[in-house]
Amino acid sequence: MNKVVANADEAVHDVFDGSTIMIGGFGLCGMPENLIRALVRKGTKNLRTISNNVGVDGVGNGLLLAAGQIVHHIGTYVGENRLLEEMVLKGTIKLDLIPQGTFSERIRAGGAGIPAFYTPTGVGTIVAEGKETREFDGRLYVMERGLTADFAFVKAWKGDRAGNLVYRKTARNFNPMMATAAKITIAEVEHLVEVGELEADAIHTPSIYVKRIFQGELYERRIERRTVRKAAR
Amino acid sequence: MMNKLGKDVDKRERIVKRIARELRDGFYVNLGIGMPTLIANHVPAGVEVTLQSENGMLGIGPYPIEGTEDPDLINAGKETVSEMPGTSYFSSADSFAMIRGGHIDLSVLGAMEVDETGSIANWMIPGKMVKGMGGAMDLVAGARRVVVAMEHTTREGAPKILKQCTLPLTGVCVVDTIATEMAYIRVTKDGLVLEEIAPGLTPDDVQKATEARLIVSPGLKVMEN
Repeated sequence: MNKVVANADEAVHDVFDGSTIMIGGFGLCGMPENLIRALVRKGTKNLRTISNNVGVDGVGNGLLLAAGQIVHHIGTYVGENRLLEEMVLKGTIKLDLIPQGTFSERIRAGGAGIPAFYTPTGVGTIVAEGKETREFDGRLYVMERGLTADFAFVKAWKGDRAGNLVYRKTARNFNPMMATAAKITIAEVEHLVEVGELEADAIHTPSIYVKRIFQGELYERRIERRTVRKAAR
Repeated sequence: MMNKLGKDVDKRERIVKRIARELRDGFYVNLGIGMPTLIANHVPAGVEVTLQSENGMLGIGPYPIEGTEDPDLINAGKETVSEMPGTSYFSSADSFAMIRGGHIDLSVLGAMEVDETGSIANWMIPGKMVKGMGGAMDLVAGARRVVVAMEHTTREGAPKILKQCTLPLTGVCVVDTIATEMAYIRVTKDGLVLEEIAPGLTPDDVQKATEARLIVSPGLKVMEN
């Protein structure tokens, strides 16, 4: 068994037109930037993307958007992307916005074999329209469906050749759930290590979920909002 | 944080300081993007709170010292932050399990409209590009206490505290208190109770800027500046 591929281009070789792809990251933090660039090079069309954001103009998922590769996006917040705004107004992209907790739980459920669940989030709002609601212990809940995908693109800090992953700080975000919810999960890591080098108790994503892994070539790790303070004195 | 209008800074300061006085020792708190973030600068002495960020962190510290910012360490507003001793990181699913599961003591967020039943609208204006609700719907549905921090009226002077929200809702009957530069208002089964007013104002002044009917608390107090 060999899960290690040479690079991002090899990793995305079988992504097909019309694929549903989960892409990790909260904004630009923890997004699989090498895989996104490879998919832009490959030029795969009619993609349905499931990702919290659509990057920013010209960065991250914004590259896929600018290349006209996305026809349908499911996410929670897209405030950083002017191009997307134009495309939605023109009707050239379908956009589904869902609450972030529901989004992450739908992906977790999808990966865990749970087809649907009830949540209090969004009851009485437009996100609950047309969905089943049910009362439990005197409170109303709305039924939401699990989400799965053909591919998941995730980014971790470290990974071993078996596919075990460790994330770093808030770059973890949606990556662990997405890793569980796709037919083919591809992980790009900043540091690819030998099996046994990661502490078994500290692994965030167990190898079973990861089909392909490679060490990314270039990490721009762009900061969206650089906020700092001056050192004291 | 810089603001173009001096008077807005004063307004915000009063709102932020009032809400900071609700913090209790040991609270786990989620502060929304924008004005609510400033509450972290006014935590009362002797009170220790842990700030949660829905992108997967407990223990947000101040903005990092210049040169130490880390692209892997951001808050839900995508700003670089630092970590406090005892910080933990977790996935978004775990983060919202905390939120939905009622483990967050206090959630503070802004609003475009709030009504007398405690329903809130803060994510969408029909006809305008929708940016998305992010985690707001989960926070108002799941936090133990939901506090709205907002200016009392729109820039045009129209009331934002209404009999019934007109914009698409973020949550139904979820708000506990509303803090504005004019007043501190509690949402009750009987309606909105005016608990505190800004110095120099009368309850009538506040009512004139509010569409919903206000019940003046018998113990009405003046807000500290």
